[in-house]
Amino acid sequence: MQDKIFDCVIIGGGPAGYTSALYATRAGLSTLIIEKFSPGGQMTQTMEIDNYPGFDDGVDGFTLGEKMKRGAERFGAETIRAEVLAVDLDTQPRKIVTDSGDFFAHSLIIATGAEHKHLGADGEEEFLGRGVGYCAACDGMLYRGKTVAVVGGGNSATADAALLSKICKKVYLIHRRDTLRGERINTEYLKNAPNVEFILNSEVVLIEGERKISSVKIKNNKTGDISDLLIDGLFISIGRRPVSELFASTLALDPSGYIIADESTKTNIDGVFAAGDVRTKPFRQIVTATADGATAAHFAEEYISKISSNG
Amino acid sequence: MSVILVNKNNFKEEVLDSSLPVLVDFYADWCGPCRMLAPVLAELADEHPEIKVAKINVDEEGELALKFEVMNIPSLFVIKDGKVTNRALGVKTKAQLLALFE
Repeated sequence: MQDKIFDCVIIGGGPAGYTSALYATRAGLSTLIIEKFSPGGQMTQTMEIDNYPGFDDGVDGFTLGEKMKRGAERFGAETIRAEVLAVDLDTQPRKIVTDSGDFFAHSLIIATGAEHKHLGADGEEEFLGRGVGYCAACDGMLYRGKTVAVVGGGNSATADAALLSKICKKVYLIHRRDTLRGERINTEYLKNAPNVEFILNSEVVLIEGERKISSVKIKNNKTGDISDLLIDGLFISIGRRPVSELFASTLALDPSGYIIADESTKTNIDGVFAAGDVRTKPFRQIVTATADGATAAHFAEEYISKISSNG
Repeated sequence: MSVILVNKNNFKEEVLDSSLPVLVDFYADWCGPCRMLAPVLAELADEHPEIKVAKINVDEEGELALKFEVMNIPSLFVIKDGKVTNRALGVKTKAQLLALFE
């Protein structure tokens, strides 16, 4: 694998990565996916995906990731488990340095996705794993019959709160603004759920406990009042940040770190594409990530044809 | 070596009394990130015989999970000579797991 120059190397094995692999291999490009864990990316944190079209009974994230990988491998895509440490985009072929050796490719598709943002509250790192988590779907069952709080106001937070409300005795949803932004289907459900309480215009200022979390101090940012909330668990769902550090010195990034690329997925370097959550885009979902994957593969193929006829 | 499944019956022998440092992973079958971590742990166990890798199912071993105050998974602990020397939460790469032993 390491002596071969691939037509296309894809960094990241989530929905964007494996969709681009599927399209690239079907277009006849030799394709390698480099993924540091198992397939699926952020999808693996969701037990019930109901908004990816075609699964009329919903699907769990890990399974969907595996299906996407197998779908691409069916047409010849190869995967290696490794972590990318550096990339050299100035040379042709491009060089990708990993903890399992170097790989070479004519075109590169970056599908590294995003990861959970931390709140930065006092006690957050201290109680990580001891009542503070970022994935309600992962940990929810451990709080059966207990009281939890979710921090955030967008899709992740409202979906997490909805999921937890079915398992827990009580769910608080803490949001620093006065309205929730999540999908209506979730916010309406939450408004009507008897065991869900919204705490709006509020922020967590301190996380407390002894061996595990016991309470959080909340500040109302309108009145300045501080109150204590007794909880067994805290889930932080305030959004994600792009995994783009590897490209900070080579690709154009926006102020939040997203790789600048429009729906063509083309970056400022010819033959290098950004697909999925990692690029600048208005709406991050599995289905928009897969769309990017297909588009990136399409333009990668066009690029390969161009350099083949020139070279 | 392969990853060892630990329960309350073999916990003392396999983990506390182990002469090798042990990486303990608390997991559950329904946890996606736990499933993501599984192949990484298997590779670590295969490639590093100087480390023992053990996994504990939180649904089946509630007592052990409580003892370690596991509230979120996957929860990882490094145990040397019967004492916890390091801990981590969430999916980690092989390199990150090895760094826990330093």
